[in-house]
Amino acid sequence: MAVAQENVAPEGRASSPFWTVARRDSLAGFLFIAPQLIGIIVFVLIPLGLVFWYSLHEWNVLANTFTYTGAQNYRMLIEDTNLLEVLGATAIFSAGLVVFNLSLALLLAVLLNQKLAGITIFRTLFFSPVVVSLVAWTIVWGFLLQKNGGINGMLQVFGIEGPNWLREETTAMISVIVVQVFKNVGLNMILFLAALQGVPNELYEAARIDGAPRFKQFRRITLPLISPTILLTSIITIVGSLQVFAQIAVLTQGGPGLSTTVLVYYLYQQAFQFHFFGYGSTLSILLFVIVAVLTFAQWQMRKRIVFYES
Amino acid sequence: MNYHKALKSAAAVLAIAAPLGILAVGNGVAQAQDAVNLRMTIWSANEAHLKLFNEIAAGFKKDHPNVTVTYESLPFDTYTTALTTQIAGGNAPDMAWIFETAAYDFVNSGALYPLTDTLKAAQGYNLDELSATAAERWSKDGTLYAYPFSTSPFAMFVNNDVIKAAGAKTPAELIAAGQWDWDHAIETASAVGQTGKGGLIVRDFNYQIWQNLASIWNGWGASPWSADGKTCTMTEKPMVDALTFIHDAIFKKKAIPGPGENVDFFAGNAAMTITQISRASLLPKDKPFAWDLVPLPRGPAGEYALIGQAGIGVMQAGKNAETAAEFVAYMTNPENSAKLSQFFPSARKSLLNAEVLKKTNPLLSQDQIDKVVISGIATGKVIPGHTGFAQIQQTVRSGLDAVWRPDADIPGTLQKICGQIGPFLKR
Repeated sequence: MAVAQENVAPEGRASSPFWTVARRDSLAGFLFIAPQLIGIIVFVLIPLGLVFWYSLHEWNVLANTFTYTGAQNYRMLIEDTNLLEVLGATAIFSAGLVVFNLSLALLLAVLLNQKLAGITIFRTLFFSPVVVSLVAWTIVWGFLLQKNGGINGMLQVFGIEGPNWLREETTAMISVIVVQVFKNVGLNMILFLAALQGVPNELYEAARIDGAPRFKQFRRITLPLISPTILLTSIITIVGSLQVFAQIAVLTQGGPGLSTTVLVYYLYQQAFQFHFFGYGSTLSILLFVIVAVLTFAQWQMRKRIVFYES
Repeated sequence: MNYHKALKSAAAVLAIAAPLGILAVGNGVAQAQDAVNLRMTIWSANEAHLKLFNEIAAGFKKDHPNVTVTYESLPFDTYTTALTTQIAGGNAPDMAWIFETAAYDFVNSGALYPLTDTLKAAQGYNLDELSATAAERWSKDGTLYAYPFSTSPFAMFVNNDVIKAAGAKTPAELIAAGQWDWDHAIETASAVGQTGKGGLIVRDFNYQIWQNLASIWNGWGASPWSADGKTCTMTEKPMVDALTFIHDAIFKKKAIPGPGENVDFFAGNAAMTITQISRASLLPKDKPFAWDLVPLPRGPAGEYALIGQAGIGVMQAGKNAETAAEFVAYMTNPENSAKLSQFFPSARKSLLNAEVLKKTNPLLSQDQIDKVVISGIATGKVIPGHTGFAQIQQTVRSGLDAVWRPDADIPGTLQKICGQIGPFLKR
């Protein structure tokens, strides 16, 4: 404030200097956010606008034609007989991933939230898949999940004949969900761990004095106090689940049938394999709307499920 | 004051130097315009292939010192996708290898620069000796749009050690006895399959690339669609019978490894594999086994052959299409075609003789060359392809997943597939 007062134009001068402290501060602020802002404009907003523009066209890459077709691609979307199955596979994948990921992450976080010697080794162990290359991770799992692969080999030791994991509809979906969960569960686990360590110990002490059992303590103290983290991780996981691509491309290529063809993989097929870039863009718009609606709905629900919002 | 003086001097230096700089840049641009850089996308990263291609590029540079050719190896599995993505991104290569399955898309779309005039005008080129059947898929209205530089027949590689260990008859014995047909071939494969080794592997099929099964179903006279490409024929008797035969071989006789089972013939783990003869380079050198190469077995419809092709096309979207066409003419002239044929069998009639092929395929015997290579190229049908093939391929692949189950309803599934691809075939 003292500096600001020094810069105030003395009485009687014709005009105040242009670079006031307030202006300098806002310029500095803009410069700080500029890299991020430019990044968002160039890599998010402009492509988003272009995708919408492309969705109104039929773009034949090989023939080099780009014809305005209005809402034709959107009509195609409604008439697409595969789309319902694809959306079903996407919903099953996302729901399975979110439930399995969050429950496992929370369970691991609770188990690892102990003051034991060497506990950091376990924390590192469970977090390490997060930093492994996604494609390398998936390829290795692809080998393990073959009919004559490592997992069935292990099951055979116990006299169990394992299924053909990636070639049967149910097990293929379970496989891609599990591979994805094991890859990323460490990230949510760390977030939950941080949240658990933020819960004041006095509350547990008070509950213990009142005779509350461990499960009740967890339900009545832990869960409400880490609910903001649960909201955050569920939003991140749902949005991430709708963008999964490499695992499907490497493990199942969308099969058997269309059972693991999630929306992102389907739009990749339409645009890049079948060369229907216009229709692929239309599917991207659909994906964008789904992500936006789900995120908005979760945000609206925060008052009911998040402790600090009520 | 000194500061202002220095500033003025610097401005003066810049004022004098700037036009010179612009001139220098201008000259640079002028020189760069003369230099032509051609890029060819390929799906091979084989060092021996690249060495030969670079030698050919160096040979072209002798007469065209301003032209530099580079080769960009793209992954085989996603080659066409990567190529079309480059085109969509405004970064089309000057020349590209094209799969036979995608040939119709590229030729019919107008994406390719017509080659006939350039090839005919090239000295000593002799385009007429290119087999007409080999050129068919790469031509439209009498004009060649891509040169089929590789016309490679499918044949059966055999591991006699594994077959003898299983106490089965080798294909050579079956041929000698006049019994080399699919029933006997599967009998041998089944005998090996029962021992825990792999029986017969249709290489690269992997329950995804179903078009490679043409190497079997052509023996039944089956085809996925009519000759004009407009009608699905998968529900017809030859296809139903062929797929029933393949299904039984997989699930009843254990003659073909099932879905999700990975067995490598070239590692010595299977009795037989159907693949192109160029894969002879994969035969093991460290732990060799007694191998043989035989023609595809006779089917109920008689003897047959299947060929895979690869073409080189010049992209219309490229900036130097004319020069690129000249390079293609040079790369595929008789002299260079002879060099290329050590890896990629040529469809030039002058190179389709036992003498030339023996030199370029030292691993093969005279008999193998006569019966497999020459006869295969002369009589073989090209692997199925269609306009919009990627979509048709994916739809059929997805539909056929229902066939690759022990309890499959084959005619019903094929009926459903025909219903799905029918509209795509009519496009």
